[in-house]
Amino acid sequence: MDSTAGAMGTIAGAAREALGRFGVYGGRYVPETLMAALLELEAAYAEAQADPAFHAELDGLLKDYCGRPTPLYAAKRLSEMLGGARIYLKREDLLHTGAHKINNALGQALLARRMGKQRIIAETGAGQHGVATATVCALFGMECVVYMGEEDMRRQELNVFRMRLLGAEVRGVGAGSATLKDAINEAMRDWVTNVRSSFYILGSALGAHPYPTMVRDFQRVISRESKRQILEQAGRLPDAVIACVGGGSNAIGAFYEYIPEENVALIGVEAGGRGHGLGEHAARFAQQGGGVPGVLQGTYSYVLQDEAGQIAATHSVSAGLDYASVGPEHAMLHDSGRATYTSATDAEALEATKVLSRTEGIIPALESAHAIAEVIKFAPRLGKEKIVMVNVSGRGDKDMGILTREMDLSGDATGTGKVSAR
Amino acid sequence: MAIAFKKRPGLVIYLTTGDPDLETTRLMAIEAIDAGADVIELGVPFSDPLADGPVIQRASQRAVLRGTRLEDVLRVCREIRAARPQAGLLLFSYLNPVLRMGLEKFAQAARDAGADGVLLTDMIVEEAEEYRRVMRQAGLMPVFLAAPTSPDGRLQAIAEACEGFVYAISRVGITGTQAELAGDAEALVRRLRRFTQLPIALGFGVSTREHVRALGEFADAAVVGSAIVGLIERTPAEQAPRAVGELVQQLCGGAKTA
Repeated sequence: MDSTAGAMGTIAGAAREALGRFGVYGGRYVPETLMAALLELEAAYAEAQADPAFHAELDGLLKDYCGRPTPLYAAKRLSEMLGGARIYLKREDLLHTGAHKINNALGQALLARRMGKQRIIAETGAGQHGVATATVCALFGMECVVYMGEEDMRRQELNVFRMRLLGAEVRGVGAGSATLKDAINEAMRDWVTNVRSSFYILGSALGAHPYPTMVRDFQRVISRESKRQILEQAGRLPDAVIACVGGGSNAIGAFYEYIPEENVALIGVEAGGRGHGLGEHAARFAQQGGGVPGVLQGTYSYVLQDEAGQIAATHSVSAGLDYASVGPEHAMLHDSGRATYTSATDAEALEATKVLSRTEGIIPALESAHAIAEVIKFAPRLGKEKIVMVNVSGRGDKDMGILTREMDLSGDATGTGKVSAR
Repeated sequence: MAIAFKKRPGLVIYLTTGDPDLETTRLMAIEAIDAGADVIELGVPFSDPLADGPVIQRASQRAVLRGTRLEDVLRVCREIRAARPQAGLLLFSYLNPVLRMGLEKFAQAARDAGADGVLLTDMIVEEAEEYRRVMRQAGLMPVFLAAPTSPDGRLQAIAEACEGFVYAISRVGITGTQAELAGDAEALVRRLRRFTQLPIALGFGVSTREHVRALGEFADAAVVGSAIVGLIERTPAEQAPRAVGELVQQLCGGAKTA
């Protein structure tokens, strides 16, 4: 840990819990204008958390509107092909709107309604959080503005159309690298300006307190279900849980209930992109990758940055992982060693997409394909008695445009269902 | 060297350091001081200026692309201090570049560069314990933002944490020019007065002599940023120092003080 972390650590010691600290990480680093709104949100969230009626409504909608619980599926052909551990897939891809994002969007929208806020702002990278937010806004009759980087609008154009179809206004952001980070900047500027009337539905376990805690709580349902399901199906807990990590909301949701279970390894998979140089990946935890503790967009966590403290450009084939920082709770899990973080390259993710599609008939989102890429490497090293769970955070329908450009299937043998793993 | 407002209202001028280049920033600061600016805020350009409007965003991006670093800003600060020993000099930054340098190292370097104080846009009072301690040890004045949305309890904590002056934000939102001063502004300054004897400077959306005169009725100083940075954007570099001096003179009501 460098001296900056030490300096911030002393602050953390003062009032860790109250300020939303995860170890030394987290906190609240925002323009003063937002503080009243964050404090109001924190109080409203605490009140909602203590209200059984809030949970009853959320749980009811998660079940009847979103389709929870999502299945836990034993992926027999994939397991056989890899020849190692038994692989189970947590199927968040089957959720309404096609990804885990709606768990959180629904929770925050209910909170917004409770607080009497009629105008919703959101940012989106891959478009899944934007679609989820547009969906819940349609459901509750709320105004919805979604900020999205122009680069992401180009590579996830289907989701742009879905958001507009749902009645949301999608505002393109051309600043910086025109990806998720820039969309969050613009969403925060909107929120600062319209702070009295608007609710910001942040889509990942990022940002100033209480967002990282709140988003994790709304995503925690993933591991709450999967723990019960694996006990029913396998009679014991998994040996490892694997999830992709962009901001880290699906991963923290998939990990959370297993954190106290010391025999369950937790493995987060970052975007390795197309190289090791700064700007070519989004692997915040990679050794010598350029990620060091710092502050971006309200929270203290690992941040890809240059030596002057300017935030670095990032690259990933998957828009949802293409972000320079990571949720502060992951930073804590990383430092404590409770979770390990690895990465998968663009090429590995694309290959994993093909593998899962052809062994199990499941087309994963490019984000989730990074987790699949890790299990392809990891499972063969384990014996057949071992169990590995992978969170399939979303489905790949949204990626058909980019897959068409990135993949050449013309020479592939089709119809046999055979694939080569590597 | 101190932060003092010699007239009412005083004038604080914001410059994005390194836009259009470091030498021009130095010359513009000196012109602004000679034309009547009491305090120069030297903005540290940052890749993700989320509290700023389009004008300062663009300036910041240009300066980052030119490779302007915190060390460069400190060097310009030292040069301005050498040229104008009496001026107030405030370093204005987002937190991350300062953390990357290291809080203590930054404080020492800022002190050595002759800065009077520091304002970090994304540093709130609750998180500032360590930061304030380090600033105090280095003899630097921390300035915090106060917002129209801040309830009285927060205003009190902010006022108590500030040294030199309190920076009041005239309206909710990001930096940028606007036609009229927000009605929020006077109420905020009035609320702040209950908690502090320090001068109160009002910024965000202050761009004309009329604004400066109007806010002089209730505040101690005006902070002008986007109007200056926008002028710099529209002006060739070699003419920028003179143009800035003229605008500052206008904002002061015409009388050149140095």
